[in-house]
Formats: sequence, structure tokens, C-alpha cells
Amino acid sequence: MKKKTYINGVGCISTQKTFDTVFLEEAAYNQNDTVLSIIKPDYKDFISPASSRRMAKGVKNGIVASALAMKDANTENVDMIISGTGMGCIEDSEKFLKNILDNNEEFLTPTSFIQSTHNTVGAQIALTLQCKGYNFTYVNGAISFESALLDAKMQIEEDEANTVLVGGIDENADYTLSLFKLAGFIKKEQDQPFNLLTETSPGVVYGEGASFFILENEKKENTYAEILDVEIINTLEENEVETQIVSFLKANQLQISDVDAVVLGFNGDATFDGYYKNLAENTFAQTPQLYYKHLSGEYNTASAFALWMASKIIKTQEIPEIVKVNQVEKPVYKTILLYNQYNGKNHSFTLLSK
Amino acid sequence: MEALKLELKNKIITTLNLEDIAIEDIADNDPLFGDGLGLDSIDALELIVILDKDYGIKLVDPKEGKVIFQSIESMAAYISANRTK
Repeated sequence: MKKKTYINGVGCISTQKTFDTVFLEEAAYNQNDTVLSIIKPDYKDFISPASSRRMAKGVKNGIVASALAMKDANTENVDMIISGTGMGCIEDSEKFLKNILDNNEEFLTPTSFIQSTHNTVGAQIALTLQCKGYNFTYVNGAISFESALLDAKMQIEEDEANTVLVGGIDENADYTLSLFKLAGFIKKEQDQPFNLLTETSPGVVYGEGASFFILENEKKENTYAEILDVEIINTLEENEVETQIVSFLKANQLQISDVDAVVLGFNGDATFDGYYKNLAENTFAQTPQLYYKHLSGEYNTASAFALWMASKIIKTQEIPEIVKVNQVEKPVYKTILLYNQYNGKNHSFTLLSK
Repeated sequence: MEALKLELKNKIITTLNLEDIAIEDIADNDPLFGDGLGLDSIDALELIVILDKDYGIKLVDPKEGKVIFQSIESMAAYISANRTK
């Protein structure tokens, strides 16, 4: 019999104060900036200065978020570390590539190169924890985190691991952001103030962050939620999403009316937010609807922030006003569905239950 | 020579991201590795690149590094005697 997967610890570093707080009580909706930056924790509380001096912020954020998740779960060891990242350690990649160009392919120093690989975060966490178990990093665009989550869930189901540390990390870097702006991926400053739910312009407000989770095969007092299912689909048309969700829920013996809240990945890109609007106006019109990218910004693993948020809602049974799309309420938030896509591709469905 | 020592201290702090260390914390004769500044093998590679890039000195024999990189004093002396730029 397959084992069940429970979220027993969470840790999040984001563009909001998501550490040393209860649950988004200090969250603020920044409608003026096209790029949001993380609120930095005090790294020295988690990483020695000698170790942190070579780490880019993404690595540091990953280490801090994983440490917070482990502390939250009251655990000191994990069997596996599985990470997802869309852009990897892009800050050090930029440094390394810039060095190559500036110095005409000579005088290359090792530090940026060592830290520039996509699996740096997973590796540094493993070194910190002295975890020699399975360590895998998924780099699959907007489903990078869900790929890691699906792997972690299967490892637990198949009894390959009791405790898995799983997370999503992405960081902003200046040159990459400038290219994204040139390519029109990021909104134009003159279009502010931004309201992600009613935007008519293309592009997104960009962000960064690191969210980690302790998944275990045992339900405990401090359990947040059970992960019922995760599904990833590369391409879907707008009119196919509802059918897909119905079939996803049916596979879990559920129907639309059983969903107590739906977390939608609205990112303010008028070209592709129709995927969410269709669901919000029709399929889930009678369901509490939540959004989060106005707080976290859009990035490849922003959906890990959504999982952090949904886990907190199931545990606290409270929904902060700032994340509500509509005013529909339910007496109990038992089942939450998360749906995300980017540019009409990389669709992911995650189902949580109390 | 004093200016070169100061320049080296600055370069080491910046290149190696020694965030908590100021120029005045590094004495000219402090060991750079081990008990002194506590640099490691990756830092050694960074120092080799500094010699090559900024002073035009290519270290052919890695064993030389042990002597050259003993302290700021030894680095400055070696650079003064061998620099090509």
C-alpha cells in the first residue's frame, strides 16, 4: 500500500516578510515596482560568515528556508534533498560569463563557476546537513518546483524515504532582468500602478524567493496538510483546463464542489491570465479564490510560495484578506487546489487536504 | 612597498568577499592560510589569478605558492621583484 505524504514543516524567504511572522500579517502589495526583491533574513543566524562569503543570495535563501522548514518540523536529518529551480544560480552564472568576456577568456577564477551550477543550493544544503542521500535538482521552467514535489511524493509513496526536504529557489540577477525587460517579459514602468487582477498590459511583475518543505510519511501534531496529488501538463488550451481539473479531481474521488479554496497563479499578464479568469468566472465562481503573485512576484518557482500559503491556510484555517480574489467563504478549508501556468505552458495542479 | 601592501589587502578583501575583515585587521606578517586569515585552497586559486591578471606574474611551479602566499609581506616582496605590469 502506498504511503501518504504529509507536509510537516515549512520555510519561506520571499519578497514579503515570511519569516519571524505568523502568516502574512505584515504583507504589503507593491503596485509600483516591476521587479520585487526579497526581504533578507539575518543570514549570520544561519550560516557562518566563512561559509557565506562565497554564496550568492539564492544559495543563502535556500539554506535559510530549508533550516526554517527543518526547525518547524522539529527534525535535524532528512533522507533526501530535492530542489527545483528555473534559472538556477543566475547571479554567479552572470559573474562567471562576464569574467570570460571582460578578460578575453583568461584569468578565470573558480568561485563564481563553482557556485553557478543549478544544483548549488541542493549541494550546499547537503553539505550543511552532512546529508549523503539522494540529491536531485529539477530545472523545468515553471514546473521546476512541481517536478521536485512529484519526485518527493513518489519517493515517500514507494517507501524509499521517510523524510524528504523539498523546495523551490530562484534569484534575480541584473543582466538577466535587463534581457527580460527587453524581451517584454516584464511590465513597463509607465503602466504602473499594477493591479494583477485587472491588468490589460502584457508582461509580469518579477520576483524571487526560496520555499522549502519537510515531507514525511507520518501525520504528526504539527502537520500542515497532506499532499493528495500533483500533476504536470506541458500544453493546454484555455478551454481544456476545466476538463483537466475535473479529471484530476475525479482521480482523487473529488469534484469541483469539494474544493474549499482554489489558489490561482494570476500574474497580471493580460495575454495569458485568461486561463485563470475562465476558472474564476465559471468553474470556481462559488469557491473561495486566492492569488499570490502580487505578493511574491512571478518567477519559475513562485508556485512554491503558493504551496507555503496553502499549507498555512489549511493549518490555521484562516485566509489573509490580502490574498482573496473574491469574498466567497467556507466554514472549513479542508481541500485546496493549486493551479499554475506560465505563458500558457507548464501547467501544474497540486491538491492538498487537511 | 607600503602602497603595494595596502593594495593587496584591499584586493584580497574584495576578491575573496571577506565581509567581516577590515584592512587594519590584516597585519603584514599574518599568515594568510591556516591560523591567520584562514584562507583555503579555492582562495589560493584566486590569489594565483590576481598575480597573473594584475601583475603579469605566471606561477609555473605550484610549490612556489606556499612561500609567496605566506603573508602580505611575502606576496608584496615577490610581486615587487617579478612584476611585468
